[in-house]
Amino acid sequence: MKNKLIIDDTKFDFIAKAKPVYKTEPGLTREIIEEISYFKEEPDWMRELRLKSLQIFNEIHEPRFGVDVSNLDMSRIVAYIKPEALKATSWEDVPGEIKEVFEKLGIPEAERKALSGVGAQYDSEIVYRNIQRKMEKLGVIFLDMESAVRKYPDLVRRYFMKLVPPTDHKYAALHGAIWSGGTFLYVPANVEIPMPLQAYFLMSSPGMGQFEHTIIVAEEGSEVTFIEGCSAPRYNILNLHAGMVEIYVKRGAKVKYMTIQNWSKNTYNLNTKRAIVEEGGFMSWVSGSFGSGKTMLYPTTILKGKGASSESISITYAGEKQHLDTGSKMIHLAPHTSSVIQARSISMKGGWTFYRGLLKIGEKAEKSKATVSCTALMLDNESKSDTLPIMEIHNGEVDVGHEARVGRISEEQIFYLMTRGLSESEARSFIVKGFIEPVVKELPLEYAVELYKLIEMEIESSIG
Amino acid sequence: MLLDIKNLKARTRESKKEILKGVDLKIDSGEIHVIMGPNGSGKSTLANVIMGNPKYEVTEGEILLEGNSIMDLSTDKRAKLGIFLAFQNPLEIPGVKFSQFLVSSYRNLHGEDKTIFELNEEIEKLAHRVSLDENHLGRYINVGFSGGEKKKGEILQARFLKPKLVILDEIDSGLDVDSVKTVSSMIEEMAEEGIAFILITHYKRILNFVKPDVVHIYLNGRIVESGGIELADLIEEKGYSVVKGSETR
Repeated sequence: MKNKLIIDDTKFDFIAKAKPVYKTEPGLTREIIEEISYFKEEPDWMRELRLKSLQIFNEIHEPRFGVDVSNLDMSRIVAYIKPEALKATSWEDVPGEIKEVFEKLGIPEAERKALSGVGAQYDSEIVYRNIQRKMEKLGVIFLDMESAVRKYPDLVRRYFMKLVPPTDHKYAALHGAIWSGGTFLYVPANVEIPMPLQAYFLMSSPGMGQFEHTIIVAEEGSEVTFIEGCSAPRYNILNLHAGMVEIYVKRGAKVKYMTIQNWSKNTYNLNTKRAIVEEGGFMSWVSGSFGSGKTMLYPTTILKGKGASSESISITYAGEKQHLDTGSKMIHLAPHTSSVIQARSISMKGGWTFYRGLLKIGEKAEKSKATVSCTALMLDNESKSDTLPIMEIHNGEVDVGHEARVGRISEEQIFYLMTRGLSESEARSFIVKGFIEPVVKELPLEYAVELYKLIEMEIESSIG
Repeated sequence: MLLDIKNLKARTRESKKEILKGVDLKIDSGEIHVIMGPNGSGKSTLANVIMGNPKYEVTEGEILLEGNSIMDLSTDKRAKLGIFLAFQNPLEIPGVKFSQFLVSSYRNLHGEDKTIFELNEEIEKLAHRVSLDENHLGRYINVGFSGGEKKKGEILQARFLKPKLVILDEIDSGLDVDSVKTVSSMIEEMAEEGIAFILITHYKRILNFVKPDVVHIYLNGRIVESGGIELADLIEEKGYSVVKGSETR
């Protein structure tokens, strides 16, 4: 049973030929922001939020830690592209060229699996979305963000950049100014969505940014799983992804958010994800980061209500010329809150993973429990790995467990496996798969398969 | 001739320290050869060099398997030609199930001649035979195994993977007497089927149960004397100093 998986890495590296209809000039000005807002027919509050964000962006400094962004040339990033297909309501309406792209990404397959809604973002605009009628009957709002802003302005306004304000950091401000696309998901009280809601993001034009904004509001006692997957073609000019996810988990609600990040290697992925959890609620982050050239991503949960809990499970994989700075943050603000962080990072071929996490237990969070486990594996001598799990504990009555390890793959382990007939690359991928196994078993099957494929491909190419 | 080692000299790749200083060894199918020597004499290095551990480099000499040189072959290719090494300290591989590992090893070596079901059935029988608790098959490779259980796992693999030549590096250390008996009977049984053995050991216990064809005394990087079981008895009684060539230590 040699389970040889054939890797087609061109799958994620095609160039779409769809012609952009509308394109702003490179560089960011007040006029451009106003133009975007006008074009999107936005309410005044949104236009003002964009302008205020632009001002903050121009005033505040770059993050003082993490990846090197000095080669990121903002003037070359075109903020907004409108595809030929506007809002398609059915698959038939989606233009052929774009369909082709989706086919390569396997979207029709996901469709066949009758996942409830496929929202696909082509460039900066929603092209295709399919929502089951059942969702609407349940009172669920599952819309692209532009439509949500127009249709439910007051509801959106209550949540939009309230958890991550534009003042949070420079790229949050940039995001506030030029955000485009994304998802608004509102789950009413006590509604349990039985299947994962899925969204694909895709950017495919040279020098453009991707700035989607996602909001999930899970009202009391509701339950939802959201899957975000992204993939991008490769280009030689800079690409920036500065998306934002804000999740509001109300009393007793449960939200699971899964991401697989596979941007092309020239992408700067400076993404912000944050959730706030009320009493007895539960937030789960599952993140796989293996694309992009440089990433800064720290999914954060604020445990605000008594008994709130959260888990964050992540795999970060950095290969040649990649520097991925990732980590989970848990902020305990109430009693009896609990959190679990499980992070695995792998670096090879000169790649660099940096785990930068935070566990903060506030003064009022007595009887809280937290465990942090972050381990890193380097597959060769050129690769780098760091772990910086910061803990701030301001309450004595807590139970905190912690484990951090950085290791290099052992040549003796490889030799041992090879004496049993495994080739060097098989031996290496055995060890790597073993290393991430505890985390992979938490992933949906398709993700696990994709991850394993990627690892085999990377390891085989490194040995040659 | 199954294995023919001629004037083999090898050193560590990193520190260039010579460890094998001219080993000669000839083994035919079905023969059981014992290599005895004190701790630190380089017996394990010999096993590693035969298996092609990249930690060592050969500076002189040759290793022939069934008449063909295996010097340029990687470890997995040597395994495919039928050499098996049971480790003195088997390595732990977290996250990979022992049974799954056994199946993929078998398939790497022998292809698809048996179904997974047949293979698993065989593995279970062997686990029973070496009295390794079946739970261990579902555990990660050697993780949470006691020293003795790791050794049982090695002999299980030696039987299951159907090699032509088995090198057992201190297989009896960590095993209780009953297990040594079981392992010994498996060795005898396999030898009768034509499988050759190199038994590396620094004490005689296992030789109370296994009848070797040849006993080699290994000192300071080479085989200094070869003979019958009486050689092992002599060493047991008087120590290595009675052997000629021991003065070079």
